[in-house]
Amino acid sequence: MATPAVTPWWRNRRLIPWLVQGVAGLLVLVVVAFLVGNLVRNLTNAGLLLSWSWLRNPAGFDVSETLLPFNAELPYWRALLAGLVNTLRVVLAGLIGATVLGTLIGVAAFSSNGLLRRLARVYVELIRNIPLLLQLVFWYFVVFLALPGGEQAIQLPGVVLAKSGLYLGKPELINGVWQGQLRLTVEFGALLTGLVVYTAAFIAEVVRGGVASVPPGQWEASRSLGLTPLQTLQRIVLPQALRVIVPGLNSQYISLAKNSSLAVACGYSDLYSVAETTLNQTGRAVEVVLILLGSYLVIDLLISALMNGVNSWVQIKER
Amino acid sequence: MVRLRKLALCAPLLAALALVGCASEGGGIQSQKLNGVKSRGKLLCGVDGKLPGFSFVNPDGSYSGLDVDVCRAVAAATLGDPSKVEYRDLNSSERFAALASGEIDLLSRNTTYTLSRDASGGNGLSFAPTVFYDGQGVMAPKAAGINSLKDLAGKPICVESGTTTELNLADRMREIKATYTPLKFQTGDQTYAAYLQGRCVAVTSDRSQLAAKRTSFPDPAGHVLLPEVLSKEPLTPVTVNADPGWADAVRWTIYALMQAEELGITQANIDTKVAEAKANPNQADLRRFLGVEGDFGKQLGLPADFVVQAVKAVGNYGELFERNVGQGSKLKLERGLNRQWSDGGLIYSPPFR
Repeated sequence: MATPAVTPWWRNRRLIPWLVQGVAGLLVLVVVAFLVGNLVRNLTNAGLLLSWSWLRNPAGFDVSETLLPFNAELPYWRALLAGLVNTLRVVLAGLIGATVLGTLIGVAAFSSNGLLRRLARVYVELIRNIPLLLQLVFWYFVVFLALPGGEQAIQLPGVVLAKSGLYLGKPELINGVWQGQLRLTVEFGALLTGLVVYTAAFIAEVVRGGVASVPPGQWEASRSLGLTPLQTLQRIVLPQALRVIVPGLNSQYISLAKNSSLAVACGYSDLYSVAETTLNQTGRAVEVVLILLGSYLVIDLLISALMNGVNSWVQIKER
Repeated sequence: MVRLRKLALCAPLLAALALVGCASEGGGIQSQKLNGVKSRGKLLCGVDGKLPGFSFVNPDGSYSGLDVDVCRAVAAATLGDPSKVEYRDLNSSERFAALASGEIDLLSRNTTYTLSRDASGGNGLSFAPTVFYDGQGVMAPKAAGINSLKDLAGKPICVESGTTTELNLADRMREIKATYTPLKFQTGDQTYAAYLQGRCVAVTSDRSQLAAKRTSFPDPAGHVLLPEVLSKEPLTPVTVNADPGWADAVRWTIYALMQAEELGITQANIDTKVAEAKANPNQADLRRFLGVEGDFGKQLGLPADFVVQAVKAVGNYGELFERNVGQGSKLKLERGLNRQWSDGGLIYSPPFR
């Protein structure tokens, strides 16, 4: 007798979510448009329209210890690229070093040796509670620059450790300066040591959490099957722990990449240091900062993508 | 009727005149920065803060030095009180961003005047008169036996990043075809710490800065300045390009200190000079300079007695130099190029006219 009630639009379960989403999206667009418009307007008023032609001008400054050949006659983009390669170098070495050290310390927390267990604890608490910048300054000025230089350098067959760096492959002292086929400077050494030691403390905690998540029954079962503690760790515990560890590692790796920009504290010419000099010489603050933002974003997204790949590889395969 | 019509014609004219009158009244106060400083009652001045003789913090927390005295003189000229300055310690990489963003009104931080920093297409800054003519030098430990730039070939050299010295070093070493390793640090403290630790064989900067830093070394006599001067380094206070009114106020305050020395006006005798000028209408030059007659102050948007205030606060240029970096200081620098033009130097104020 009565016609079926037509649902009013404001009670329509299909329409409302779309409407809310639409309004929210529109708001975001308006805010972004306002911010971009504001930026462009202010930059125009200040006579600072974005321009990229300066990237092709000769840089006029030198960059030390570059993997890519660089001199002052090359353009700014080459200088920035050399800085980027230096950053990638320290990040890559740092990731490997921090993973190895962090895993060892994290696993040491489960050692049957009480001294080792407590040392691991002390390490983590000491390192993660001191700011990284202070640690870098400490490693560089207090530890590495205290190395003897010149003829007093520590000399072993084929290896020389001097104030200026670590030299491998027939190092010799020429005119008061050490020369060798392979050289790692103390600036690189201090930055790498600082990053590895600092990040390892956090990775150790991630690893400890991962290992602790494996039920004790797994350890006991493994032991009753006659596996040694090392085999238990390697074959039984770590493969299960990895599922918990990998997502946590991802954010630690990303922090390490971002923290590498503190290189300027110990005189290492990374991307940030080169960009800062560039900014000063050209006055192109907005462009240089955009390049910096973009570069670190890409590095971090790459690390993230890689770790997501690793993550899906260690996950339980559901068939 | 005729009269009325005339009046009607006159009215808009009168109104227009009144408007023009108002506009010219506001002539001195078109500068946003100058108004900002006045309404804030405080000058925000960017300095180094760690360079003896130029700007450093005394044990009691107050600032002093040549660069600091420039800030004090400008505060005295604009606000009538040299103590109304808030200092910001800036490193060489931060300084231009701080100025461009308006965090500071005036950058008085041993900054070299260059084309690319001045040009609108470059950093877009506005330079005041140079307060210290300097040159880039190189310092090395006496024991290292380094006598010229050539001896530095293949060796590490410490330098502060974001400075003109960084570029000059690259240029000079390229000229003599010598390879070297630049070790760059963000702050002067790090640069000199690395040098003192022996990481570099030499450190390069402005000669005055090297001399100043050397006074705070554990063994000042153990370090020598090489005879070579790598570049011209006119150290100059800076404001932003966008505000010419403010730049003029700063410029003429600094010229006033130089002109005061030329006229023999000192911190000690300024009051007698003012009394003299007031009493004697024939000394027109002096009367105009000290603001007893004329409207120089008003044209700049400053008080009429801005010259008197500035000189009272810090003394004339010569006094300021000797007290901070000259014979009255630890640095004991010669005046050299920084003598008055009449003594064969480069300090030259355009006429106050």
